[in-house]
Formats: sequence, C-alpha cells, structure tokens
Amino acid sequence: MKKFINEPENLEAEVARGMALAKPGILRQLPDCNVMVRQKLKTDRVALVFGCGCGHEPAPSGYVGYGMLDAAIPGKIFSSPTPDMILKGIREVQTEAGVLCIIVNYTGDVLNFRMAMELAQMEGIAVDSVVIADDVATQKNKSVGRRGLAGVVLILKIAGAEAEMGTDLYGVKKVAEWAACGLRTVGVACRPCVIPADGEPSFELGEREMEIGMGLHGEPGVVRCEMMNARETARQMLELILLDCNYENSEVVVLINGLGGTPLMELYVINEFVHEYLAEQGIVIYDTMIGNYMTSMEMGGFSISLMRLDPHLKALYDAVAATPVIRR
Amino acid sequence: MFGKDYMLDALEAISRDIIEHEEELNHLDNVIGDGDHGTNMARFARIILRDLPELKTNKDNMGEILQHVGMRCITEIGGSAGPLFGKFYLQAGMIKIDNLEMEEANLVAAFEEGAMGVAHIGRSTEGEKTMLDALFPAVRAMQQALEEGHGFVEILQAGAEAAGKGVEYTKTIQASKGRAAYIGERSIGHQDPGATTVMLMLQSMCRTAATRSAGLE
Repeated sequence: MKKFINEPENLEAEVARGMALAKPGILRQLPDCNVMVRQKLKTDRVALVFGCGCGHEPAPSGYVGYGMLDAAIPGKIFSSPTPDMILKGIREVQTEAGVLCIIVNYTGDVLNFRMAMELAQMEGIAVDSVVIADDVATQKNKSVGRRGLAGVVLILKIAGAEAEMGTDLYGVKKVAEWAACGLRTVGVACRPCVIPADGEPSFELGEREMEIGMGLHGEPGVVRCEMMNARETARQMLELILLDCNYENSEVVVLINGLGGTPLMELYVINEFVHEYLAEQGIVIYDTMIGNYMTSMEMGGFSISLMRLDPHLKALYDAVAATPVIRR
Repeated sequence: MFGKDYMLDALEAISRDIIEHEEELNHLDNVIGDGDHGTNMARFARIILRDLPELKTNKDNMGEILQHVGMRCITEIGGSAGPLFGKFYLQAGMIKIDNLEMEEANLVAAFEEGAMGVAHIGRSTEGEKTMLDALFPAVRAMQQALEEGHGFVEILQAGAEAAGKGVEYTKTIQASKGRAAYIGERSIGHQDPGATTVMLMLQSMCRTAATRSAGLE
C-alpha cells in the first residue's frame, strides 16, 4: 500500500480539517467531530443534510455551501456516519422550516439516518428524508432496493436550489424525488482501492479484467469481463441505462464521475463517445459534468449518470451555488 | 425479582461472551456481509465493560442503564448493527418499571418492546434472515413461559432455546434485507451473524440468572 497518509486511525479527522482549512469562507467544522456545516447558516428555509463514509471525497463535505448542503456528515472509511453525528449536524442547521436528509441507499446509511431522524423528532425537530437509489446494476424488485451511486450529487444540487427558494419541507422532498425518478447511474471498475486500516484491496480483479455495475465499495456488479476499450465500455454501460429508463426525446444532464484512480484524460475520452451515442438515440444533452465528484479512494473506474430535466429542474440545476466543488 | 445488580452482571456476561466470540461472528459475517460484525460488536462490548463501574455508582434506574447501552450501540458499533441493537436497548429501556426491582413481566415486556423497535427501524419482519429471526421467536417463547408462571431462569432459558432454533432457521432461508440480500440465493446455507449475537446475549443473560438464583437459595 502506497498512500500519503499519516496514522490510519487519524485519517478521517485529518481529511475533515484539511477540507475546512481550504475553504474557511464556506465551511465550518463542528468541534470534536468531522461534521461540516455552512459558515452562514440559514434561518428560515429548509436545511439539507447529507452524509456518507470517508473515502468518497470530495463527498460529502465538498457540497456544503449556498445552494446545496447545510451540513455534511462523513463517517469512517467506507462506513455510514453514526446517528449521534448525524444528530449533531441536524441540530446545528435546523430551522423552523425543517430538515431534509438525503440518503444513499445502503442498508447502513438508511438505518443510521432513520435512527438519527427518530432522535431528532423526539427533540421536536421537523425532519424528513429522500433515499437515492440510482444504480441500474442492482435490481429494483429486491426489498432492499437499488444501491445509491454518484447520481446523488445531482440531487443535492436540485434539492439545495429548491430549498434556497423557500419551498417548504414537503415541497423540497417532492422535487428531490421527482429528479431522482429520472436519474440512472451505472459504474465500472478495473482496479480495487486499498482500505488503509488493513492494507487489503477492496476486491480482487484479474490483471486484464473489469467489472460493470460494481458498487462504490466494491460490491458485486452485473458483468465481469475482459478489459474493453473506452468506446465498448461506455456503450455497454449506456445500454444498461437506456434499457432501464426511457430517455427518448428528453433533455438530460450527464455526469461522468471518476472513482479516484482514473485520470480525467480517460473520462474525456469516455465523454466523446457518450455524446455521440446519446445523439444517435435522440437524447439532448443540456450539460455535462466531468470529474471526481464521488470517489472510492484510488479505485480505478468511473460511473455514468443521466438525469432527465424539465424546465423547473433545469432552472434549479442552473441556480446559484457556492460550494467548494460546485459553483454556479 | 431481579434488580440493578442482575442487569449489570448480565451486561458484563453479554460483553465478555461477545468478545470471546469476536472471531466466530466475523467469520459468519464474512460469508454474507462485510466480515466485521464481530469486531464491531466487540468494540462496543469493551466500552460497556469500561462503563460498568460508572453505571454501578451513577445510575439507579434500569431504564436509564438500558438507554445508556443503547446510545453506546449507536455510537460504537457502526454499520447496520449499531442502529438495530441501539434501537433494541433504547426501546427496551422505555418500558415503565415502577421500582428498582424488575419482575418477570417487566423483563418480557422489555424484550417485546425492543423487538418491535428493531422491526420498526429495520422495516423488517421474520423470515428475512436477520436478527429478528432469533428475537421474535425468543419473545414468543418468553411470553409463553411467563404465562405458565415460570421464573426468570426458565423464561430466559426458553428465550435462549427459541433464539437458537431461530439461528438454525436462518441457515435455511435467503436474505432479503441488508447487505446479504445482494447475494440472493447464495446466502442460503449460512447462519445470520445478527441472529447469532441475539442468541449469545440471551444465553449470557440466562447463565447470569441461573448463577444468581442459585446464590439466592
């Protein structure tokens, strides 16, 4: 394992302090924990809270700021934040209008957020949640539902913009759910990442192999196969998405998200084919986001997300945002 | 009637047993989950052992002790087991116990409350290969033993035996909740680590009660 870290047990805290120091005008770290909130808290509008394990940087804290999150709750490496931490964040940013939690659909995340929300409700805080399950590689019909992937970043943008407009809690939730209806993601991985505490790779993959549909922590995907070139890989991934959701004649946002170990160079190569392929299908691309938005440490691979836009969602997508990662 | 001393002894026994079974629980979880159930539960158990002297001097109310254990589950275990076991203890601690002693009916009521809490937060029920497959049968067996007029030891014994059968049952079914659900049919043949922990907890409580009641005679 070659990583530029210090003691593994201090990793999560050092990541948080490093992020807070980089953007002191936007971020404020709560004392004695890694919870990150906005410098200027809202007073009257719905507050938005999101959390995920450490190792997915810049998520979650990179999306704190005007137009997106009010609080970000990072957990330990690849594990959900615990309810006490989520509750700290909720308490800090709560307003009369209430708090909306955005949750990626992993059992641990869902349970920890549910527990935190129960505790918050016992304190009289109005709190609700939206669970994002955008991964087409996992089946819908299972009672656990689909996993959540990088598409959640787009939902944070949409819900954050709606909340800034002063919409009530129910309204912000409904808009987030509506955007999530037209959101699909598929991932691919070609190299594992190494968990710092034990030095073990997150999964095994042969030198010439790749796996389509793999989850953010190395959960099994749909196809393990010989390494393919960018064009063939993207084609198979887009086919999975379009089989699952009909985007014909739609206008979409494309998010090509690097997992941390795949250079932007390759993501741009992927993007050229994505544009060509979607044009053939009669799908209009309104905007494309390319970069490392939700990573898995140094895992090699990327994901493609499509989110359908309507005029309202388009306005929210374009609305002002001032976070460390997304600025409009 | 059992009081605070019994509860603290039982917590100590539960913690020691969990630590003793750390590797076994990790191994069970390795097959169908991410292999850290034992490590996570043992981390919690070590904290509880550390907390015991303080609980002995600072807490009188049994509900408060259970609430403390619940909060420790939430902050120390992590993953899915944290909120699930946390909910069990928090909810069990909400039953009203009028004095410092607990009667048989209080014990069974606490278990019932706790089990309902777990089912609610997990949006789950029996037959999904989870801790509920040990917990619900245990509650039913304990209720029956209570109705038949048995004492603490027999009630906990009935609970532990039913939980054991529940653990065996989890080997025969496919997971539809939690991480094990993603591997579908391949989860059949393996016992659920969460249900195993529930069984261990009941066995520890039962042993503590037996030792105590032998000492009282």
